[in-house]
Amino acid sequence: MRVNPRIINQAVRVGLSAQALFTVSILVVIVAIICVKGFPYIDFAFIFSFPEDMGRHGGIFPSIVGTIQLALLSILLATPLGVGTAIFLTEYTRESAFTKLIRFGVESLAGIPSILYGLFGFIFFVIKLKMGWSLLAGVLTLTIMILPTIIRTSEEAIRAVPRQLRIVSYSLSASKWETIKKVVLPAAMPGILTGIMLSIGRAVGETAAVIFTMGSSLRLPLSLMDSGRTMAVHFYILAREGISMEKAYGTALVLVLSILLINVVAYYLMNKAIARYS
Amino acid sequence: MENTVLKVENFCAFFGDNKILKEVNLSVSKNVVAALMGPSGCGKTTLIRCVNRMHELIPGTAISGKMTLVNEDIYTMQPIVLRRKVGMVFQKPNPFPTMSIYENVIAGYKLNGIRIPRGELDNIVEQSLKKAALWEEVKDTLHRKGTFLSGGQQQRLCIARALAMDPEILLLDEPTSALDPKSTSQIEELFVELKKNVTMLLVTHNIAQAARVSDFTAFIYLGELIEFGPTEKMFTVPKDKRTEEYLTGKFG
Ligand SMILES: Nc1ncnc2c1ncn2[C@@H]1O[C@H](COP(=O)(O)OP(=O)(O)OP(=O)(O)O)[C@@H](O)[C@H]1O
Ligand SMILES: [Mg+2]
Repeated sequence: MRVNPRIINQAVRVGLSAQALFTVSILVVIVAIICVKGFPYIDFAFIFSFPEDMGRHGGIFPSIVGTIQLALLSILLATPLGVGTAIFLTEYTRESAFTKLIRFGVESLAGIPSILYGLFGFIFFVIKLKMGWSLLAGVLTLTIMILPTIIRTSEEAIRAVPRQLRIVSYSLSASKWETIKKVVLPAAMPGILTGIMLSIGRAVGETAAVIFTMGSSLRLPLSLMDSGRTMAVHFYILAREGISMEKAYGTALVLVLSILLINVVAYYLMNKAIARYS
Repeated sequence: MENTVLKVENFCAFFGDNKILKEVNLSVSKNVVAALMGPSGCGKTTLIRCVNRMHELIPGTAISGKMTLVNEDIYTMQPIVLRRKVGMVFQKPNPFPTMSIYENVIAGYKLNGIRIPRGELDNIVEQSLKKAALWEEVKDTLHRKGTFLSGGQQQRLCIARALAMDPEILLLDEPTSALDPKSTSQIEELFVELKKNVTMLLVTHNIAQAARVSDFTAFIYLGELIEFGPTEKMFTVPKDKRTEEYLTGKFG
C-alpha cells in the first residue's frame, strides 16, 4: 500500500513542529520558574552589595565579578590558543599520524566530564604548582576545558572557507600568513565566534571544575591568586547547604539573565559579523 | 624580440611522473591577446599556472625549461614579486566575500600590506574599475559587498582587482565560461579595449571567442604546442591537420 507523499509530508511537519515546540516550552518553563521564584529577591542592593553570614543575607556582588573575571580571562587565553591550533591543523600541516593524534586528543578532551577537569586542576595547579584555590587556577583549568570546543568550531569554520579564495589571494601575491589573516580568518569569523560564545556559556555555567580550583571564597577576588566564587558556584552552595533558598533563586535569576544577555549580545555580534563577512 | 612580454622556451611541466606539458615554445609580445586553445585536459590551465607559478601550490609538481617575463627569468624570481607582475582571472567569478567592492579592487595592496595614501587608493579603484568597464555601474555602491553583483559584474570586478596591481600580463582561464551571453560579450569587448594597456593570455574553449578577440592563437594538444601564430591565419589556413580538426569541431 502506498501512502500519499503529501500526507507523509504533513505528518512529518506536524511531528517536527511538535518537537520544536516541546523544546521551546521546556526552556520557557525553566526560565519562568526561575523568574517567578527569584524575582522577589533581586533589587539594586542584591546585585551591588556583599554577602553577609555565608550569603544568608546581603547581595552577590563578588560572585558577579568573579564570574566575569573567570569567563573573560579563560576566553582571552583559550581563544588565541584554540584558533592558533585550528590554523595550525588546517593550514600548516598535511593530514598525518601526528594531526590525527592531535585531533583524537581534542575529541577526547571535549568528551571528558567537567569534574575531571576540576580534579586535574586541583591536583596540578592548586597542589602541585602551589597556586592554592585561586582565580588563576580556575582560569587555567577552564581554559583547558573550553579549548577543545574552540579548536573544533574554529577548525570547522576554517575548513569551510573555499579553497578558491586562498588561491585567488596567492595569485594576488599574498603570502601564506597574509592570506590566512586577511582572507581565511575573516571568512571563518562567524563560525569562530560561535565557538567562543558557546565557551563563554560553559564557563559561566560551570560549577564542579570551578569549586575544585577557584575555591568558593565569598570575598571579591582582587588578584589572580585570590580565591573567589562564580554565581553558579554561589547558587550551588546556597541551595546545597540549605543556606538560603531565597538568595539561591535570586542568584539563579541573575545567572539566567546574564546568560540570556550574553546570548543576545552574541546573536547581535554574530549577525554583524555575518553581515560583514559573508 | 624587443617587445616580448612572455617567452616560453622548451618548457615542460610534470604532475608526479606525468609529463603534462612537452617542450612548449611560445613568445607573446606586448599589447596583444593570445588565445590558448585545445581539448579538455591538454594542459592549458597548467601552462598559464606555470606563468605565475601557482602550480607550485600543488605538491608533486615540477618543471623544466625556461620562462621569462620581460627578460626576467620567472623561475629565479620570488613568487611573490612575480605575482605582482602577473594578474590572474579565474573561471568562476570569485570576489572576496568579506570585502566590499572597493576593498576587492585594492585587495592586492591590502593583502601585501602595501600602504598607500587614501587619495591614491581612491584613484586606483576608480581607474581600475573604469578599465574593467564597471565604474559606471558601481560608483555609487563601492562600499557594498562585491558578492551582491551579478555574475558578469563580479567577473569584471575580478578583472579590476587584477588590473589594480598594474600587471605586465593578465592570465585569463576561461573567464567567460560561467557567464551568460550578454556578460560574455561585454567582457570580450573589454579585452579589445584592455589590449592598449596590458598583454593577455586567454584560455578559451570558445572558438568564436578566440576568433573575435585574439591576435594570436596557440593550439595545444596532449601537452604539445601544435601550432602558434596569428589568429586570422591559423583559423583560415591551419598548418597542422590536428588544428584543423579541432577548429572544425572534429574533437574537443
Ligand atoms: N592536481 C593535479 N594532479 C595531477 N594531475 C593533474 C592535476 N591537475 C591537472 N592534472 C592533469 O594535467 C593535465 C592537464 O590539465 P589542465 O587542467 O592543465 O588541462 P586544461 O587544458 O586546462 O583542461 P580544461 O580545458 O578541461 O580546463 C590533465 O591530464 C590533468 O589530468
Ligand atoms: Mg583548464
